[in-house]
Amino acid sequence: MSAVAVDGVWKFYGDYPALRDVRLTAEPGACLALIGRNGAGKTTLLRIIAGFSRPGRGEIRIFGKQPRETATRSKMGFIGHGISVYDELSALENLTLFGKLYRLPDPHTAAMEWLERTGLERVRNGLVREFSRGMRQRLAVARAFLHDPGVLLLDEPFTALDDRAIAVLQRLLREALAAGKTIVMSTHQLREALELASHVALLTRGQVTFHGPCTPEMVSDPGYVYARYGEAV
Amino acid sequence: MLSFFQQVLVVMVKDLRAELRTKEAVNASLAFALVILLMFSFAFDPLEETTREISGGLLWIVFAFAGTLVLNRSFAREQPNDCLDAMIAAPISGAALFLGKALANYVLVLAVELVALPVFGIFYGVHWTAQFPQLFMVLLLGTWALTVVGTIFSALTVNIRLREVMLPMLTYPILVPALMGAMQLTAGLVTGKPISGDSFSWLKMIVGFDVIFTAVSLVLVETVLVG
Amino acid sequence: MRDKLLFALGLAAMALLARNTLAVAGYPNEANQGAIFKIIFFHVPVAMAAMFCAAVSLIGSVMFLLTRNFKYDALAVSVTEVGLAFLAANLVTGSIWGRVIWGIWWTWDARLTSALVCWLLYAGYLMLRHAIEEPTQRATFAAVFSIFAFIDVPIVIFSIKWWRTQHPQPVFWGGGSIPAEWYITAVLNLLAMVLLGIVLTVTRLRQEEAQREIDSLRRTAHAF
Repeated sequence: MSAVAVDGVWKFYGDYPALRDVRLTAEPGACLALIGRNGAGKTTLLRIIAGFSRPGRGEIRIFGKQPRETATRSKMGFIGHGISVYDELSALENLTLFGKLYRLPDPHTAAMEWLERTGLERVRNGLVREFSRGMRQRLAVARAFLHDPGVLLLDEPFTALDDRAIAVLQRLLREALAAGKTIVMSTHQLREALELASHVALLTRGQVTFHGPCTPEMVSDPGYVYARYGEAV
Repeated sequence: MLSFFQQVLVVMVKDLRAELRTKEAVNASLAFALVILLMFSFAFDPLEETTREISGGLLWIVFAFAGTLVLNRSFAREQPNDCLDAMIAAPISGAALFLGKALANYVLVLAVELVALPVFGIFYGVHWTAQFPQLFMVLLLGTWALTVVGTIFSALTVNIRLREVMLPMLTYPILVPALMGAMQLTAGLVTGKPISGDSFSWLKMIVGFDVIFTAVSLVLVETVLVG
Repeated sequence: MRDKLLFALGLAAMALLARNTLAVAGYPNEANQGAIFKIIFFHVPVAMAAMFCAAVSLIGSVMFLLTRNFKYDALAVSVTEVGLAFLAANLVTGSIWGRVIWGIWWTWDARLTSALVCWLLYAGYLMLRHAIEEPTQRATFAAVFSIFAFIDVPIVIFSIKWWRTQHPQPVFWGGGSIPAEWYITAVLNLLAMVLLGIVLTVTRLRQEEAQREIDSLRRTAHAF
């Protein structure tokens, strides 16, 4: 059974099709890099996979189940464009909150552990609104990984990250892949993403124009996929 | 395992903690309530007997307007940093998220009302303590109506244009029956008359309103959040 | 709906209205209120037509949420706009009636006040739609609000009626019997209003569908 299966998904805004008959799979342990121009539909697709909006046609299956089922939601971690943590709460309070919402047996310990793994243990009682940008991003990563999700959905995770945050995220993603987790990641930062990716899918105007394994040529020349399978500029 | 009510509690505590740390909404709401009370004192002479008779109604206008400031913040506080996404993605039901927020709003709005009440008593020279137990009950029921409709519409208007204007525009017409009932009951209670005979119908109406709209909100909240 | 059918319904509505107006003009004046009482032949049917519109709006909204088919959303908005127009007619005729009989432009009569609150409710529905750009979100949220509004309508009517019994005010038309012929005319006027409502709704519906097509074409053109 695939970890993530996108089966004939269409998304309409009014009558306009933002996604057209998208079919993709990601097997357990795979890292799928979703690439495409701005407006191709990467964010729309990721948000549908995560269960934030409904497809107009088609379905999503996460380990065979619907994204909105409670059991499925417990297995998913999402990092979007925002950091999704509360400015008025401290780092520790934020992680403990999410630990409780994700029904972890010991939210406080899990929160402390992830603060250490993202290098935030010293500022654990600081309010998020006082954090630097890099610290906020590392906290976002901690929040997404906190409940040990089997499937990670990341929307342009490397965009606007500082070096330390990039290093932390790459390390955590490598560890996750080694532990058999599945990652679907949309990206513009082709180099960082393609180094981790096992598979690549190219979205052009809402349609999948390429879906296959990530080859060494792609890593050494990231524009290769666009040139071969995308549209002329 | 987190039961439904534990989920509700986690959300409620989170909202209250975040609000009490900044106190932005409650301070603004309280200040607004006092300002409106003042303005009403200029418009309707508080020393007139007739004013005392309608003052119970005026009180609920104050509560409705000031309450909207708190209710507007309810889902708006999830906007920065895209926190609403995290809440929707978490394995809690939309109903638990809604109820937790509604209860947090309830506590905050009631707090503002209970501070405004003595000030109202002083400005208008009414003995609001005479029938306090019944008055408190009307406060509880009427405020829940305001809160439940305001919270679900806060979710509805969170990311649309002119949010601050749309919320009152949509909420007040829906609330007409409940506000009317609360006004009628309060007008009698602050002049020392207990709820009797006829007025019991208003009480039943507000209870019915609360039950119906809580149920409808719980059913439709998932549609509002996820679409 | 075919153009010919639409024109036929429109003509039928016009014919009925013409027939009724002539008939009403011929009736004797009412004892207490005089000629103005005849406004009831329009005042009441438009209110009932508005109620039909509210019911159809509810059906459209619920069907949209169940099927996500935009034709139901188009139906809901069209019929709500027509209903608002009918309610406005009710408010205006009521206002004129009150002015002639008691010299005031607005009496807090139970039915009139309920009509006003319902008008505000459904005007809110239209305002909500204007505030949302994206068509799917607009249709979904409008449908949710429409359900809330419809559930509120009976509660509003009941509570305002109860409010008025506690503070009695003059009533337009307490009851009493009216001749059978008048009754038929009133029902025919209701039919005329319903036909008119159908014609207006379908016209608006077509406009809404065309607008949706234009919007999506515009999006496609601007997308890349």
